[in-house]
Amino acid sequence: MDIIEESLFSKAEARLNQLKKLPALKKDRSITKALKEHGISRRDFMKWAGAMTAMLSLPASFAPLTARAAEVADRLPVIWLHMAECTGCSESLLRSDGPGIDSLIFDYISLEYHETLMAASGYQAEQNLEDAIEKYKGRYVLMVEGGVPTALEGQYLTIGAHGMTGLESARKASENAAAIFAIGTCSSFGGIQAANPNPTASKPLSAVTNKPVINVPGCPPSEKNIVGNVLHFILFGTLPSVDAFNRPKWAYGLRIHDLCERRGHFDAGEFVQTFGDEGAKNGYCLYKVGCKGPYTFNNCSKLRFNSHTSWPIQAGHGCIGCSEPNFWDTMGPFEEPMANRLFNTPMFGGADKTADNIGIALLGAAAIGMAAHAVLSNIKKDKEQ
Amino acid sequence: MTKRIIVDPITRIEGHLRIEVIVDENNIIQEAYSSSTLWRGLEVIVKNRDPRDVGFMVQRICGVCTYSHYKAGITAVEDALGIEVPFNAQMVRALMNVSLVLHDHLVHFYHLHGLDWCDITSALKADPKKASELAFKYSKNPIATGADELKAVQERVKKFASGKQGLGPFANAYWGHGTYKFTPEQNLIVLSHYLKALEIQRVAAQLMAIFGAKQPHPQSLSVGGVTCVMDILDPSRLGDWLTKYKEVADFVNRAYYADVVMAAEMYKNEPSVLKGCGVKNFISYEEIPVNKSEFLYSTGIVRNGDISKLLPLEEDLITEEATHSWYKEDKPLHPYDGETEPNYTGFVDADTIGPDGKPIHTKALQLDGKYSWIKSPRYNGEPMEVGPLAAIVVGLAAKNPRITKIATQFLEDTGLPVEALFTTLGRTAARVLECKLSADYGIEAFNSLVENLKTGDQATCAPYKIDNNKEYKGRYIGNVPRGMLSHWIRIKNGVVQNYQCVVPSTWNAGPKDSKEQMGPYEASLVGTKIQDLTQPLEIIRTIHSFDPCIACSVHVMDTKGHELGEYKIDPIAIGCNI
Repeated sequence: MDIIEESLFSKAEARLNQLKKLPALKKDRSITKALKEHGISRRDFMKWAGAMTAMLSLPASFAPLTARAAEVADRLPVIWLHMAECTGCSESLLRSDGPGIDSLIFDYISLEYHETLMAASGYQAEQNLEDAIEKYKGRYVLMVEGGVPTALEGQYLTIGAHGMTGLESARKASENAAAIFAIGTCSSFGGIQAANPNPTASKPLSAVTNKPVINVPGCPPSEKNIVGNVLHFILFGTLPSVDAFNRPKWAYGLRIHDLCERRGHFDAGEFVQTFGDEGAKNGYCLYKVGCKGPYTFNNCSKLRFNSHTSWPIQAGHGCIGCSEPNFWDTMGPFEEPMANRLFNTPMFGGADKTADNIGIALLGAAAIGMAAHAVLSNIKKDKEQ
Repeated sequence: MTKRIIVDPITRIEGHLRIEVIVDENNIIQEAYSSSTLWRGLEVIVKNRDPRDVGFMVQRICGVCTYSHYKAGITAVEDALGIEVPFNAQMVRALMNVSLVLHDHLVHFYHLHGLDWCDITSALKADPKKASELAFKYSKNPIATGADELKAVQERVKKFASGKQGLGPFANAYWGHGTYKFTPEQNLIVLSHYLKALEIQRVAAQLMAIFGAKQPHPQSLSVGGVTCVMDILDPSRLGDWLTKYKEVADFVNRAYYADVVMAAEMYKNEPSVLKGCGVKNFISYEEIPVNKSEFLYSTGIVRNGDISKLLPLEEDLITEEATHSWYKEDKPLHPYDGETEPNYTGFVDADTIGPDGKPIHTKALQLDGKYSWIKSPRYNGEPMEVGPLAAIVVGLAAKNPRITKIATQFLEDTGLPVEALFTTLGRTAARVLECKLSADYGIEAFNSLVENLKTGDQATCAPYKIDNNKEYKGRYIGNVPRGMLSHWIRIKNGVVQNYQCVVPSTWNAGPKDSKEQMGPYEASLVGTKIQDLTQPLEIIRTIHSFDPCIACSVHVMDTKGHELGEYKIDPIAIGCNI
């Protein structure tokens, strides 16, 4: 181990030891026991921990710590709030895959409030939220799905008999959270309701609270990205390192394009010209029918969706850039390449910069020019031209 | 002396919903008000955009019925442009639709609605052995109900419930309520299926992802067809679809259907679930092609619950109005001409019944004014119920052979008369029948696809051109898991000129109209007796039987180019939110 790695390791270890001393929220429910009950062997569990470690871009030597992190995960109460949204992020979480291990993790994070899943309604539901905020002050993880409407003083969304606005509710829950995750593009960047002309003045969670917010964008994000972040928090006791848009680097550090299964065709200049043509049948690159993979930072090309079943590019449709800020306004039309209009269109994200180098300040001609150059030079090679 | 109760939030639904009711001295509901408390604005957001992008944007109306709006948005554009979609693409779309129905109804029954019927705390008292034997009464070949398995489920939940943390997401519900009718053994069976269904729904989601890329929010439909040509031509993918389809269909037949038959037996004397539908008009539309000429669902209208007569559906008679909705325009308008500007009047201060049964000061709906973000769709001026119950009722009236067979079998298995369909129980039952329809006959679409591929036809996407000098209008009408859905589009100068969605939950959850006619939610509640005003399980159960999808039903507007400035409260936020 090098020095940085060593210091990370000891930091994580210290954090875990500290967590271990905390009283369990659920006395009789350790992960070890739970695994046994579900017929999952220690060996399978360690294999999973190894995979999760790799996913978090940590060295393999961290795997035992990942396993230990999962074992203490039941000490984290979670509050999940719904703002202006479509519930797709909650649904994505329900699809947690594999031998059910991440759904177990989810289970063993004590879910205190989640409107789609909780049994209580009305006053009883509100009571659950208030109790959790009070009881686990400073210790709960807050996950927020959806954009926050701010026009009309937030009244485009109210919840409960007292007509509390979503804005008030999100702020209140943020006050005493140990960590805050904006789940999905709506909560991270405003999402679809914030697309032009944004009639409800919907904002990302980070714009309505002064607490630090980790963005986990995607429409929806994969459940692995959500679980991975929680583990990071447990491991290090800090929020994961993030890029210019507050996205964890471990998940959003690479472009879709970097690990794309059709990348070879891009490099060879083999493109689908129209959906359903010979190139489409042969799995050629989708850039010319609008793929935004070169401008989009996410791990879809590595992890795919629904237990690795597929992902948009495998299903023959280009990436629409759903984990990028304002993608509804900047990435469309979704079935046309960016290069055609790159020089006169403001664009977030650049094709040849790493995620952490991209900032609002860098959205000028340089990054765009480089992206355009890369793209155009490849198109010139296009065999069909 | 009347009392007023508020239930907000209604949980285990999609979106944000508030119900208010007024009960008399016998706790019988006299008046009911359904209100959505969130407004997002998608219809206005898609304006002036490339018509090819619309499907992707309107899909984000809902992440639960995730495929419904996607297909509707794409199909509306295809209708406007006069595109004929290749047969392969039609069948793949049908397979994705089948996957959605299976997924959506399973999740609804077990994870969203199930806890209204099943008291999990009672399951802890069950005898697993007896429960295991009992399961054979409802299914010849029950699933996840072996005595050992049930015992393990019971112990798992017992540990969970007795831990320091308590019931977690199951906390503080109406457990022990007098209208729960299952025996402890029956509760244990449903609880075991609840857990098993968590696994099965993952498989159902993968089923859609095989051709759809992902679920929620699949991404393989494009105007003109589908893009997943490699998956279609890959026999291993086809085999994967078939295997997963069989696994999910198996669960529908051996668990879901059996559990609803069991519920029908145990709840058939519970007045709160047998009170008739308040609105007895039903409207449904053909959907899910299984070959070149047949669909699983039929088109038409049934009025006043009279299934001996099928009335034709005339699209021109569909209107929406906003008398009691937070919009300015009050006159009923056809969706092609819909116009609306927000006019939020908010809540009023009122004394209502609090969580302890005593009066409490709250915010409440302005009953004689505007009180919801949902509009009121009407057909020929009348409210209509849409959804699985409508699909079954219209299918019976249309003498649809597949629907008739499944519905007749259900009535035989439960001994219920056909009138029992027109209730909360019937609405829940209709959902399993619709799901069974996909489980039993969805395979026909798969076979049609394979047969067509054998002929050498590999077309998946039709070419088309959008002429910027031409004006187009088109619509999608169909039947999605929550009922009849329609999207209406006008295209001008190559961009979207206006867009309107008339969605299932709008039909069902809308407020009163100008003639003070109630919509299905409200009408279904009136007359229900509430046992305990602090635990209004009867309201929750009836509302859940509609499977509310509230983000879907909320409108946004301005289809006639009105200034949007009025509700651009915070101009800094517009366009850039970082």
